[in-house]
Amino acid sequence: MMSADLFTTLPEILLVLMAMAALMWGAWGPGARIAPVLLRLLAWAMILVGLGLLALGGDGAQTAFSGMFVDDFYARVVKMLVLVAAGLVLLVGEAHLGKQNLLKFEFPILVVLAVTGMMLMISAGNLIGLYMGLELQSLSLYVIAAFNRNSVRSTEAGLKYFVLGALASGLLLYGASLVYGFTGTTDFAGITQALAEGARSLGLVVGLVLILIGLAFKISAVPFHMWTPDVYQGSPTPVTAFFATAPKFAAMALIARIAFDAFGGMKIDWAPVLGVLAVLSMFVGAFAAIGQKDIKRLMAYSSIAHMGFALLGLAAGTEVGVEAMLFYMAIYVAMNLGTFAFILSMEREGQHITEIAALSNFAALAPGRALALLILLFSMAGVPPFLGFFAKLEVLKAAWQAGLTGLVIAGVIASVIGAFYYLRIVYLMYFGPETEPMESRMSPTARVVLTLSAAAMLLGAVSTFGFEDLLAAAARSLVQ
Amino acid sequence: MLDNILSLITFLPTIAAVVLALFLRGDDAAARSNARWVALLATLVTFVVSLGLLFAFDPANTGFQFVEEKGWILGFRYKMGVDGISILFVLLTTALMPITIGACWNVEKRVKELMIAFLVLETLMIGVFTALDLVLFYLFFEAGLIPMFLIIGIWGGPNRIYASFKFFLYTLLGSVLMLVAIIAIWLEAGTTDIPTLLTHDFPSAPITVFGFEIAGGIQTLLWLAFFASFAVKMPMWPVHTWLPDAHVQAPTAGSVVLAAILLKMGGYGFLRFSLPMFPVASELLTGFVFFLSVAAIVYTSLVALVQEDMKKLIAYSSVAHMGYVTMGIFAANQQGIDGAIFQMLSHGFVSGALFLVVGVIYDRMHTREIAAYGGLVNRMPAYALIFMLFTMANVGLPGTSGFVGEFLTLVGTFQVSTLTATVAATGVILSAAYALWLYRRVMFGPLVKEALRAITDLDRRERLLFAPLVAAVLILGVWPSLVTDIVSPSVAALVETVDAAQEAAGLAPAEAAGPMAAHAAPLPAKH
Repeated sequence: MMSADLFTTLPEILLVLMAMAALMWGAWGPGARIAPVLLRLLAWAMILVGLGLLALGGDGAQTAFSGMFVDDFYARVVKMLVLVAAGLVLLVGEAHLGKQNLLKFEFPILVVLAVTGMMLMISAGNLIGLYMGLELQSLSLYVIAAFNRNSVRSTEAGLKYFVLGALASGLLLYGASLVYGFTGTTDFAGITQALAEGARSLGLVVGLVLILIGLAFKISAVPFHMWTPDVYQGSPTPVTAFFATAPKFAAMALIARIAFDAFGGMKIDWAPVLGVLAVLSMFVGAFAAIGQKDIKRLMAYSSIAHMGFALLGLAAGTEVGVEAMLFYMAIYVAMNLGTFAFILSMEREGQHITEIAALSNFAALAPGRALALLILLFSMAGVPPFLGFFAKLEVLKAAWQAGLTGLVIAGVIASVIGAFYYLRIVYLMYFGPETEPMESRMSPTARVVLTLSAAAMLLGAVSTFGFEDLLAAAARSLVQ
Repeated sequence: MLDNILSLITFLPTIAAVVLALFLRGDDAAARSNARWVALLATLVTFVVSLGLLFAFDPANTGFQFVEEKGWILGFRYKMGVDGISILFVLLTTALMPITIGACWNVEKRVKELMIAFLVLETLMIGVFTALDLVLFYLFFEAGLIPMFLIIGIWGGPNRIYASFKFFLYTLLGSVLMLVAIIAIWLEAGTTDIPTLLTHDFPSAPITVFGFEIAGGIQTLLWLAFFASFAVKMPMWPVHTWLPDAHVQAPTAGSVVLAAILLKMGGYGFLRFSLPMFPVASELLTGFVFFLSVAAIVYTSLVALVQEDMKKLIAYSSVAHMGYVTMGIFAANQQGIDGAIFQMLSHGFVSGALFLVVGVIYDRMHTREIAAYGGLVNRMPAYALIFMLFTMANVGLPGTSGFVGEFLTLVGTFQVSTLTATVAATGVILSAAYALWLYRRVMFGPLVKEALRAITDLDRRERLLFAPLVAAVLILGVWPSLVTDIVSPSVAALVETVDAAQEAAGLAPAEAAGPMAAHAAPLPAKH
């Protein structure tokens, strides 16, 4: 029994063991010199574990530790995407970290631990298990947000993130305790059963809403988004790139998990909550990004708006909606990987810069990169023929099918407003005023990631190679 | 070969664009010249292939021809095909693109990128007219904004930033409502296949939304959503304000494409979707469209009168001419729709030529202000002739293509609403007023302006560009059946299905009230 449990959680155990071994090696080994080696090793390990998980995991579902840990096809697909994204972010950020003198061996270890936390969240089958995964993730993230300890902004970002994150965790925990109080269990299966027996009550609704608020903090959905711009801007850029990708996907997957696996019987309660979060996020993200001068802050608001769209899929409360959310998030992560690979390369006189104005006339300097960024920006704006458009289309379709007409119309209007600030970057790059030129030094890895993600947005519109079938199967395994 | 001919025509320009992007290096004179020649060659080859399409096309067959169908992503189908309504728009696009490339032959700024932008744009424009899947159509329809945004933005005039943003966001806002409607249609009919949707019966029972009873029900709502997109694209009064800005700031070649082809997407959309898919709503809202069309014809003609910028004047004149098109389409009878298609094709040649005409003197004097000119006929006799011809075509002088379209749409509309046709007919007078006045101020009188004394007449390149346009305008003017023979059978089928659907819904078909219901051929009515 025990060995079966351990076997089910083998990927997580592997990653933790690797992180521990790396920690030992770093602490007692040859010191700072090994940091780049360690980073690459752990990055590739995550990518391989991710791909292996999907390739070897089959399509069955099993639980471990008395239902604490759920290993179904949904979990495997999301974990694969999260792991690959995290590995790529590490690889892309390596050169930048080295240049900023931030390439310490602790960094990749913390990322691996955060990712392990995300995997536990994705596989959560119990409120306690969920909380532990969430905290493992969050604590690692607080530390890497403040990783540049010589910078006031980075330290501020870490502190802000910690204080607000702790508040969110508190709310979530309080919600969990209410749920336990009203159903007598923290087990997702137990909650489902209690709901089937008619346990729905006001206290349970409050508990559910508090849990959702705690998770809304993590995906930075409006009105719980306040930390996002400051943390995105203050953190070292490779950390920002990480924040924008893997944790968002994991937290979104967790919301879907808890909504369907535990509170499937309370759809009428959580669907409107998610709908409101979605609409607010789309509009605040679109409007607030307009005035931004810093590209990392802009990406913060852009990610808020994107979370709104992904939530729209979940708010539909159907299998199609989950599939649309997964599709949206996968494409969102791919677009962000490419965009951040580029942002990491922005330099002037050897210094990393993040002002949007520096992009002025960039197309004349580096036409290829400008074109790749143009594709990514239009894709994020949801303009066809790029894949970002199909992601929005799927989400809107799912919402329309669920009868959320008003949300769909609000969504398309928000997307037009959002198009403005993406267009502004394109305008700057292609016909902006002449200013001091910017340099863009990209490592080969970053160049590959940027090219691949732009190419995927363009060629994905021709064929997705069955990717959507994979996501559809994942959604089916969650919503039975 | 014929199996994939539509894909070939659609994507040939993109292949050339990819070749340019990947294999053309450097920015010296030789590279620029190579870029131009590759683009010209690609557009010419595309045109020749599309001529082959025309010869292989069977006008008597009212269904879709040369249909290709393949699986695509997310359960959509990659489906292409043309019928009598769309084939001529494909031809219009492929015929005008070589001229467009020629029109920007003298541009020296980022030539390779400009050629790539135009080639990609050509693919997207042809795709709009050949797509037989609703989502595929939307993809082409919207994606065209990107190259046009860049063309206005990079190669445009001083106020290009404002114009390019306005162009992009205005049209995007119109289009997203259509996207919502597309989703609704997709879920209602279970498919995005256009031929299937054309036969789908969308519910038209009245429904209540927020306490308002909506006649025509879902059809009306869908019709309005599509209308939002096509009316902006067309553009119809009062959502036309992006057009003058875009035209004034766009480079000459950009204006040519915009006026000649991009505007036709709106009219094509009305014909392909609004009318056949929502016949009941179309009938209910005919009065609304007539009002907007007439307002466009009269109001924008008056606005054109007071313009001081030549391009702006022609832009407003375009809006007025598009008023005839919408009027003709929603008259929903043979003459009206024949006329609307004819008017769109004719306007494609005439307005494209007029923007070229302005471009000729703009290239020499770098101003488009009417007051800066005068007496040009003394130095530029050939130019004066060309300008006069296209001015007359714009006015709608019999013998030019402009006359046929205006006349047929007026005949079609007269059968449905005498009042609309009467008021619209005043537009003919107004257009003569602004066009001839423009001509007088620019061309006639003594040549007093010092700067104009050294102006030169058309050079060989310009003559070559105008030659096919002159031929097209005159041939279509005296031999309109060249067009109507191809479109009429498809239009007749369209009118028939629309009438049948309207009758089934208890509405009197528009034509039944008219005196010429039986006449399919464009005959002048004498009462």
